Amino acid sequence: MAKRVGMEVSIAAAEAVALADVDVIAAYPITPQTHVVEHLSELVASGHLDAEFIPVESEHSAMSCCVGSAAAGARTFTSTSSQGYALMAEICYVAASLRLPIVMVTANRALSAPINIWNDHADLMMSRDTGWVQTVAENGQEVVDLIFHAFKVAEDHRVLLPVMVNMDGFILSHMIEPILIPEAEEVRRYLPPYVPKLRLDPEKPVTIGPVGMPDVYTEAKMVHDQVLKGAKDVVVEAWQSFKSQFGREYRCVETYKSEDAETILITMGSISETAMTAIDQLRGAGKKVGLVRIRLWRPFPVEELFDAIKGAKVVAVVDRAMSLNGVCGPVCAEVKSVLYDRGARPYLQNYIAGLGGRDVTVENFIEMADQVAARAQRGDPMGYEIINVRD
Amino acid sequence: MAKETGIVSWKALELGITILEPGSAGQLKTGDWRSARAVTNFDTCIRCGRCYIFCPDMVYSRNEQGYYEQNYYYCKGCGICAKECPVDAITMVQEGD
Repeated sequence: MAKRVGMEVSIAAAEAVALADVDVIAAYPITPQTHVVEHLSELVASGHLDAEFIPVESEHSAMSCCVGSAAAGARTFTSTSSQGYALMAEICYVAASLRLPIVMVTANRALSAPINIWNDHADLMMSRDTGWVQTVAENGQEVVDLIFHAFKVAEDHRVLLPVMVNMDGFILSHMIEPILIPEAEEVRRYLPPYVPKLRLDPEKPVTIGPVGMPDVYTEAKMVHDQVLKGAKDVVVEAWQSFKSQFGREYRCVETYKSEDAETILITMGSISETAMTAIDQLRGAGKKVGLVRIRLWRPFPVEELFDAIKGAKVVAVVDRAMSLNGVCGPVCAEVKSVLYDRGARPYLQNYIAGLGGRDVTVENFIEMADQVAARAQRGDPMGYEIINVRD
Repeated sequence: MAKETGIVSWKALELGITILEPGSAGQLKTGDWRSARAVTNFDTCIRCGRCYIFCPDMVYSRNEQGYYEQNYYYCKGCGICAKECPVDAITMVQEGD
């Protein structure tokens, strides 16, 4: 039986990685991810986890080590955040293109400047087009569960892509939550040992990572895109088998009181729980407001999202990152594309909130819901705005 | 795999574009874009083998008589062999001439 324990989410994440029986961890500490790798290094040093822990000199090296270790057929894990991700980004593209099933936890944090160690989704959005499978957690339990799920998806021979589990820095990473930690045997049943389809082997030499001339590069991107698209079915399947094994259910897109909602808020990550509290209060005041939360960021769940919002007359998308002077924030851009492609045109306003650790409160969500409804009624121009800006 | 070019359908690419056959680059016709080719006058050639030694791309191989012959499959027309030949037996001939 799984035990419910009060545990810091970063420590729980490290325990989950250990339960997943990884072979290699190559990582460099960075706030707010530090406790994840710190605890993993302790588990390896104390003999609780039989794995290689490679303390590298940078995140670029961390991901490079992971590429080598995954190519050799080892179950591989790393974790980073913000500036660390920026340094690692070059190799993240390589890991995905080479189809290496590395799992990474990103403790989401703002990007400098100004130097800011607190939460937003700038690093998540920087990683958007690397071709990784990306999930976004709402709470500590979900971080743990998504780690098991990540290995299951990554190592599936229909996928063989790296998977990134996003957890909001500090808000999740440093929170102590009651978390169900499963037994090792349960995890083993869900996650059998990794069987590589292709690996570096001196007995059977192969070339991993050759040059791709103009006459093959497009085909290489085509196959990557198709595999990532097809990965959605595996992601869903792995959540279904997770449910039958552990009893907790996960979907690409979650909804909360959205079925009859006239106004729908769309969020991603830990602010969704705050938003649910706001929805309860709004419902209590007789306002038909609901929440749609995106859990699977890549491959983007186009149909699931559309199904969740198609009835709404008014939509507010909350982005925790900016695409400075683009049309709107990155989550909103996806939502608008989904709607446009299907000929749907609800009133839609984009709110940029929670940058660099700025709290997004229940009151903020209530204000956004009320404001977007009022804007829609007045027929104000649609666009994006940054909330909570000090004048 | 179309061996001369390496051009295949996206559906036929190996996992992660991995190359499974060691040394298969030798199958690629890399000499298809030269503008000039090296031609040896075997009446002048002294069979010293400098062209073979200096060629960066394995174009030259020794035949039974000891002369060094070109395999244009790989020749990019760089002209190093013509420059190094001590008896000026190699001339660069424009492709299309």
